[in-house]
Amino acid sequence: MISDLATPDTDLDLWLAQQTDKSLLRFLTCGSVDDGKSTLIGRLLYDSQLILDDQLASLRKESHNRTVGEEGIDFSLLVDGLAAEREQGITIDVAYRFFSTDKRKFIVADTPGHEQYTRNMATGASNADLALLLVDARKGLLTQTRRHSFILSLVGVKHVVLVVNKIDLVGYDQAVFDRIEADYRAFAKDLGFQTLAAVPVSALRGDNIVEKSERMPWFAGSPLVPYLEAIEVAQDRTQGAFRFPVQWVNRPNLDFRGFSGTVAWGRLTVGDDVLVAASRKPAKIARIVTMDGDLDSAIAGQAVTLVLDREIDVSRGDVLAHPGSVPDYSNQFQARLIWMNDEPAFQGRSYLLKIGAQVMPATITDIKFRTNVNTLEQAAANKLDLNEVGTVTIATDRPLAFDAYTTNPLTGGFILIDRLSNATLGAGTIEFGLRRAQNLTYQSFDVDRQVRAKMKGQEAQIVWFTGLSGSGKSTIANLLEKRLTAEGRHCYILDGDNVRHGLNKDLGFTEAARVENIRRVAEVAKLMADAGLIVLVSFISPFENERRLAREIAGDIRFTEVYVDTPLEVAEARDPKGLYKRARAGEIKNFTGLDSPFERPGNPELVLHGGTHEPEALADELYGWLKI
Amino acid sequence: MTLNRLTHLQALEAESIEVLREVAASFERPVMMYSIGKDSSVLLHLARKAFYPSKIPFPLLHVDTTFKFKEMIAFRDQTAEDYGFDLIRHTNADGVRDGINPFDHGSSRYTDIMKTQALRQALNAGRYDAAIGGARRDEEKSRAKERVFSHRNASHAWDPKNQRPELWRVFNTRLNPGESMRVFPISNWTELDVWTYIYAENIPIVPLYFAKPRPVVERSGTLIMVDDDRLPLAPGETPRLETVRFRTLGCYPLTGAIRSEAADLPSIIMEMQASRTSEREGRLIDSDSVGSMEKKKQEGYF
Repeated sequence: MISDLATPDTDLDLWLAQQTDKSLLRFLTCGSVDDGKSTLIGRLLYDSQLILDDQLASLRKESHNRTVGEEGIDFSLLVDGLAAEREQGITIDVAYRFFSTDKRKFIVADTPGHEQYTRNMATGASNADLALLLVDARKGLLTQTRRHSFILSLVGVKHVVLVVNKIDLVGYDQAVFDRIEADYRAFAKDLGFQTLAAVPVSALRGDNIVEKSERMPWFAGSPLVPYLEAIEVAQDRTQGAFRFPVQWVNRPNLDFRGFSGTVAWGRLTVGDDVLVAASRKPAKIARIVTMDGDLDSAIAGQAVTLVLDREIDVSRGDVLAHPGSVPDYSNQFQARLIWMNDEPAFQGRSYLLKIGAQVMPATITDIKFRTNVNTLEQAAANKLDLNEVGTVTIATDRPLAFDAYTTNPLTGGFILIDRLSNATLGAGTIEFGLRRAQNLTYQSFDVDRQVRAKMKGQEAQIVWFTGLSGSGKSTIANLLEKRLTAEGRHCYILDGDNVRHGLNKDLGFTEAARVENIRRVAEVAKLMADAGLIVLVSFISPFENERRLAREIAGDIRFTEVYVDTPLEVAEARDPKGLYKRARAGEIKNFTGLDSPFERPGNPELVLHGGTHEPEALADELYGWLKI
Repeated sequence: MTLNRLTHLQALEAESIEVLREVAASFERPVMMYSIGKDSSVLLHLARKAFYPSKIPFPLLHVDTTFKFKEMIAFRDQTAEDYGFDLIRHTNADGVRDGINPFDHGSSRYTDIMKTQALRQALNAGRYDAAIGGARRDEEKSRAKERVFSHRNASHAWDPKNQRPELWRVFNTRLNPGESMRVFPISNWTELDVWTYIYAENIPIVPLYFAKPRPVVERSGTLIMVDDDRLPLAPGETPRLETVRFRTLGCYPLTGAIRSEAADLPSIIMEMQASRTSEREGRLIDSDSVGSMEKKKQEGYF
């Protein structure tokens, strides 16, 4: 028998110490409706002598006209606690039951089998270390068996026992058991369970529950209860990266400011350096306070109050971590989502997201696919209906601190809440952040060219004008700049006048100096575009190689090469700065078009004919072409 | 000493503290039900730990039916003085005016008016949006079904068929106007956990839990303590002194005593381990009909 009654001659403190040393196993029973989950739990409670006389008496009364075992009791009545459940003979919501043996304490969550109540099954699974997945030996694997398996995998239950129940109804046939076990192992191979055992039982008759059944000599494995007593499920949460979600700011008076919360993961010692995940502000742990006195260190699972060595801004929702192993900090992530509401989940809809003590508005930005629970195949979807599971991307209104669920369930599991009804609509497990933030400083991580340009309401880009001196480049660029500025765009013109006199005044007009001149101008243009500007570059840039270099420097920035094609005679006739005249007089050497060549662009985006059209018309043509 | 694993009780304690802090951080007007029993004593102890060195940041509410044991009331007032918490006492004035009592009006009508209605009055009067209670899932079948954060509509009713999913330790604490939350921090404790914790932490409890000679009368197999002269005695019925104690506490005319010699905590724990009946057996109000607790809870009872 699996009882652990203390006897009056037992020394109480010794007995209490034994109780204290017992480990706790939280498990759930799941599987399809009528597979006998409640009956199995009733059997476990009965066999561990936890059904007391007054409960037994009222059970016998209620068991009248029901399917009963040798004990004359319908065990399911022990756990189906709601009137509607007893009337309908089904389980609607999770029931929690408690029992213990000489070796272990157990908390059992008996979860409903109906698809309609899958969310309640997920509730029970989310806090369990192990699952008893029941299958009716007569029916084999059903849709719900598979759905529940997938949800177990989703919420990270790592240990599964396939309980093939009602084996008495198939004549204790080994072939039936073997086939179901093989089917299930094939189905579950990719679900990430660390252990998977299969046991043939009759919950009603007590076969293979506490002791090995003589009616199944072919079964070589362990009966159910001894298996549950022995299996090692404890995950050492003290070894991982330290996480402390601040739950409540503890400020009894002006002299004390502490941060109350539960260590979610890892270990903390007084004197440790910590960081606030969001602000990256550092501090040292000055005290670990509890009512029982200050502690030197705290481990995962302990509820404590931390005092820091300096005044930094910390509030509810902040997460403290050790420098060097901080959580992800981002406003976008990919997650698996199980939907729990009649109203489907849609892309683009806004919800409230709660993770740890952080609550904020969030939007499903993309439903990447829905997973078929029967086949585990992925299919495209634009919504998730009740009880469906999908992989989604989520954007939050402001960044949040999190870890991948597989690394740390307490900082990687979240719920979505309806903004109007406040109902819990779905639950998700974060797979990864979509913007890597860990190694960058907080201030710079997510402000990039797109963000800056978007603030200005434009696309950052470079328009590169090439052509002879006097061809009309600067005139066209000026007209374009005026027009764009009038429309509220932010432009800047780089030309010989504002670059040659400052940045490039050390450069002459040799070929090497010309190359360097263009390189510097291209780099400056790139920086300006990176700042979100529309950059108009007006340089003769006579060599194809340099223009190619400028395009390469621009990288992924939109780059438009505009060739202002004005014949030399026209340009020289205009000679706005008198340069052609001076060159002809020999005062300027290496003048493009005269004693230095201009290489016609081989493949410009646009050619403007400066010899035959007015600058206004050409600026209009360019404006229309750019579609800014 | 380096701690590597929490014991079972340490883990339960930490879980409960987390729940209490979540209430304080998430609700505008929380209140903690204080019934003076052993579960309330544990809850009070946990609340002191949760917020230390701050004081408990919400008041404690005792619904006084006027038929509580005298020792309970004395213990309540002493405890409030010792720990300095804000204690609110509420009695249904209508019930007092109408002279409602368990003898003339029956236990279920009396309980409805002096407990359930009184509780609703007090919660409405204080406009509390969260009420913390010491119920445990191992007590009763419908309690075993309840969430830690259990949603109530604007008329304090529980909808057991449509409870919010509750995953991990992520509690949905959001409410619409008029709605409220019942919160049960010691949901996952068993009766044995409660007693071993009281023993380990040396938590004061009402002396009625310890065996002592007390004046009792026996009615339909139940021992009722004659706590004052309001208990009508049948002709020829005389209280006799018996060494008894109580496993649960409530209104003295509705609470059965058990014959016991257990006068200290070790003896109580030993006795409980050997017991073959549940603690609620001594509660006359729960056994009226199958599912009576669920019905009362739907009406707003704790």
